Amino acid sequence: MDTMIATEGLTKEFGAKRVVDSVNLTVQRGEVLGFLGPNGAGKSTTMKMITGYLRPTAGRSTICGFDVLDNPIEAKRHLGYLPEGAPLYPDMSPRGFLLFIAAIRGLRGAEKAKRVAQAIDMTQLAEVLAQPIDTLSKGFKRRVGLAQALLHDPDVLILDEPTDGLDPNQKHEVRKLIHEISPTKAIIISTHILEEVEAVCTRALVISQGRVIADDTPAGLIARSPRHGAVTLTVATAQAETVKNALSSIAGVGAVEQGKASGNGVLLTAFAKDGADVATAIAERAAADHWAISNLHTERGNLDAVFRTLTNPTARKAA
Amino acid sequence: MGNVATIFRREFAGYFATPVAFIFIIIFLALAGSFTFYLGYFIERGNADLQTFFLFHPWLYLLLIPAVSMRLWAEERKQGTIELFLTLPISLTEAVVGKFLAAWTFVGLALALTFPMWITVNVLGEPDNGVIAAGYIGSLMMAGAYIAIGSCLSAFTKNQVIAFVITITVCFLFTAGGSSAVVGLVQGWAPEAVVKAVQSLSFMTHFQNISKGVIDLRDAIYFIALIIAWLAANVLVVDLKKAD
Repeated sequence: MDTMIATEGLTKEFGAKRVVDSVNLTVQRGEVLGFLGPNGAGKSTTMKMITGYLRPTAGRSTICGFDVLDNPIEAKRHLGYLPEGAPLYPDMSPRGFLLFIAAIRGLRGAEKAKRVAQAIDMTQLAEVLAQPIDTLSKGFKRRVGLAQALLHDPDVLILDEPTDGLDPNQKHEVRKLIHEISPTKAIIISTHILEEVEAVCTRALVISQGRVIADDTPAGLIARSPRHGAVTLTVATAQAETVKNALSSIAGVGAVEQGKASGNGVLLTAFAKDGADVATAIAERAAADHWAISNLHTERGNLDAVFRTLTNPTARKAA
Repeated sequence: MGNVATIFRREFAGYFATPVAFIFIIIFLALAGSFTFYLGYFIERGNADLQTFFLFHPWLYLLLIPAVSMRLWAEERKQGTIELFLTLPISLTEAVVGKFLAAWTFVGLALALTFPMWITVNVLGEPDNGVIAAGYIGSLMMAGAYIAIGSCLSAFTKNQVIAFVITITVCFLFTAGGSSAVVGLVQGWAPEAVVKAVQSLSFMTHFQNISKGVIDLRDAIYFIALIIAWLAANVLVVDLKKAD
């Protein structure tokens, strides 16, 4: 595979404070890496160092094999970058701005016009092209920032919160766009929207207090949830006690949790021990004993819980 | 060089995106004119030259150029666009030079628009146009030095007002270094060499030589060296201040 982005021991200190602590990562062509982490975890600082904007206190970073400090111009040629908050020149129009970026990117003539038109099309900017950027909505500004990053069809894209401030439809469009272009590129996005990681990322890095504390696929991260693989069923209130005891006796089932009583019965959740598959056994037992169940499903677990456990030091100690 | 031209075009157009450019040019022309006629007694002197016109240029620039230069880097830092700008495939030197040239051209344009003065003096008498041309060249070089100082200092801060005030202060030192007040201050006690050194650092001394029509290589080198030194410092400051 093609390694497009690589960092070695990337570290940044501001004064005595270590904001990023020896981050090692590689991103291959075709991968979409999600940076997850609480605010202030060091996501943006790490991105700024990968792009070569900030000089790391220690470590190095390469883009397409070019060291961002030793060979910055070459590295930046291969890079499309959307900085945090999508900063833009407020007095320019999106058209003027994109033409400026295209010129700096060395595009000329028909090629320049074509690429600018493509970027406008991909990010749906046609209706605001001549308006000063200052007067645009947050969503449009973000899309101008994206258009600018995509303009030269770069091999590497680094997008700091690309969907921040977009409405659900726009978020969907941007994720679709990232998904469409991802096979030929290496992409890093940062986000604190967990569903976004599941929607677009092939791999996720959880960063907390400047350290990488998890590097896994979104599915792998979800599997770390205690609820992952647990079976939840709704049983008639009269049978609740019997079923609860029966569940506990099934091999592989750990704790059984009783939820709220609702109109059609009681909610019971059987947690699987060590990732055992308990659903089949429970279903068979339910049929054999004629349980009056109105619903039975396997829990996927949720990224929220995993994220909180990983990034909240007190929760981590408790877990 | 292509990148410098691209940056230059964007920056130069930026001056005209808001009314700031027009206000600047109008005030520049109004002040240049009124200084010449009222403070310089242009008519009363009855000489066919632009001595009194050029005489006030250092003070005019001292007041107005910090207003042009303050936005060069402070605005980029305030808006956060500096991060976008410096992750484009350009070198820091190209970025600094492109911005400087845009501001210099803009001030040069304002200076060029004082051409009615030149027409006036040619209508009223028969001036030495070579001396006037030298005056314009000298004034333009001096403007470049002011802008280079302002550009460098604007990279220190996100706040344009702070950039403006610091630039005025530093430019004042460079301007007033040759005035009789400052020279008189050192003249009494300091050795001749120090007095000369203070005088030679001043814009006034060098500019007055040129504006009298004496284009001495040393005066030209002085301004060019000053511009290069301040722009080199500008590159360093931009690089060092990126983190905050």
